[in-house]
Amino acid sequence: MRTIDASEVTARIREMSIESNYHVDPAYVRKVEEAKVGETSSLGLMVLDQITENAALASAERVPYCQDTGVSIVFAEVGQDVRIEGGLLEDAINEGVRQGYRDGFLRGSVVNDPLRRVNTKDNTPAVIHYRVVEGDRLKLYFAAKGTGAENMSMARMLKPSDGREGVIQTIVDHVFNSGGNPCPPVLLGIGLGGSIEKAALQAKWALFRELGAPNPDPLVAELERDILEAVNRTGVGPMGMGGDTTCIAVHVETYACHIGALPICVNVECHAHRHAEVVL
Amino acid sequence: MRSVDLPLDPEVVESLSMGEMCELSGVLYTARDAAHKRMLEDAARGEPLPIDVAGQVLYYVGPTPPKPGAVIGSAGPTTSGRMDAYTPRMLELGLTGMVGKGGRSPAVVEAIARCRAVYFAAIGGTAALLAKRIKEVELIAYEDLGTEAIRRLVVEKFPVVVAVDSRGRDIFAEGYKAFAK
Repeated sequence: MRTIDASEVTARIREMSIESNYHVDPAYVRKVEEAKVGETSSLGLMVLDQITENAALASAERVPYCQDTGVSIVFAEVGQDVRIEGGLLEDAINEGVRQGYRDGFLRGSVVNDPLRRVNTKDNTPAVIHYRVVEGDRLKLYFAAKGTGAENMSMARMLKPSDGREGVIQTIVDHVFNSGGNPCPPVLLGIGLGGSIEKAALQAKWALFRELGAPNPDPLVAELERDILEAVNRTGVGPMGMGGDTTCIAVHVETYACHIGALPICVNVECHAHRHAEVVL
Repeated sequence: MRSVDLPLDPEVVESLSMGEMCELSGVLYTARDAAHKRMLEDAARGEPLPIDVAGQVLYYVGPTPPKPGAVIGSAGPTTSGRMDAYTPRMLELGLTGMVGKGGRSPAVVEAIARCRAVYFAAIGGTAALLAKRIKEVELIAYEDLGTEAIRRLVVEKFPVVVAVDSRGRDIFAEGYKAFAK
């Protein structure tokens, strides 16, 4: 049994909150840079230029890339031979968020309750997902998820007869109808199969994959390519004002499902792709 | 790139055309969900609004806290669609312009045309860059709302696109057509 002090968890979550909000994923910025070559809309090109310029500026000046510094999403992979000492893991994570958002001058964007809606001022609580895995390590994945894109996410229970084509059409229609709201060019995290909550969790988890890396299953990888192409044919374009660059990458995660079910969830990520991970 | 002074001259509003890139200079007032709700509750009770919106331009933004020495924190546009429920009433009170991101409802587009107003889109997410164009900030009302309080901003060369013009032409309804394959 290996032990990890709760204060170590707090320190790393604090650091990831701040750094990810100042330095968005450089791979995303590179993809936006590459997309300029194929972008035929002058307005779209102006948007892509402004996005890469903003990324460089935020990084150099150590300020938040976007004013919506998001809800803090944490996936914790807990090795079953790890013991946390000095406090609850959940409290340690929330303390890290509290310190990070305060010390990094990040915006508190969380209300205490969906009906009472009082701002908690320190961005807590985080949304935390736990998985128990092999080994004696604790791996923490952090994301700051802005709500412009999160609000454009969607879950639906398709019929098995809708099939592959139905899956693609559902996603294309959804991205088209979302227009400029999720701040395109977007990344699509898609959960396919499982149950309604499994699909939603997989869709979020898909966003943590290395940007643009294909699913190891060739059948799923082909589906990802076809969705990406179809979405980029909509003409929605950068910030929804028309153009060729609507989507940067599609990540699909699948799971076994009921004989009568085809659940799908699309979790949309904006160009402010703020992700970090650490192994303790 | 066209330079546009704020507050907007009615003749300038008429001349702005969907898709035009502009740089705004002058005064913007910030307001997002909670401030809109409270302003219209005030108006419904017959009380004066904390700002006279007639002739003014609202910016839908909730900035991050400023770092020491900074005028403002990062300050990009939020999703305008969340203000759609309040916007026709604001336009009837004389509001002439709005800055935000994303599309508006058909009711809002119709009200923009009817009231001869304009909706500008700023580039969502580019909040560090947009903050550089904000030169002064003054807290005006609803301090308890924190980031959602109403602030008076003075901006210089603030980059936007005319998204819905005073004839009701809407780039979010029309922009994709030339690029759909």
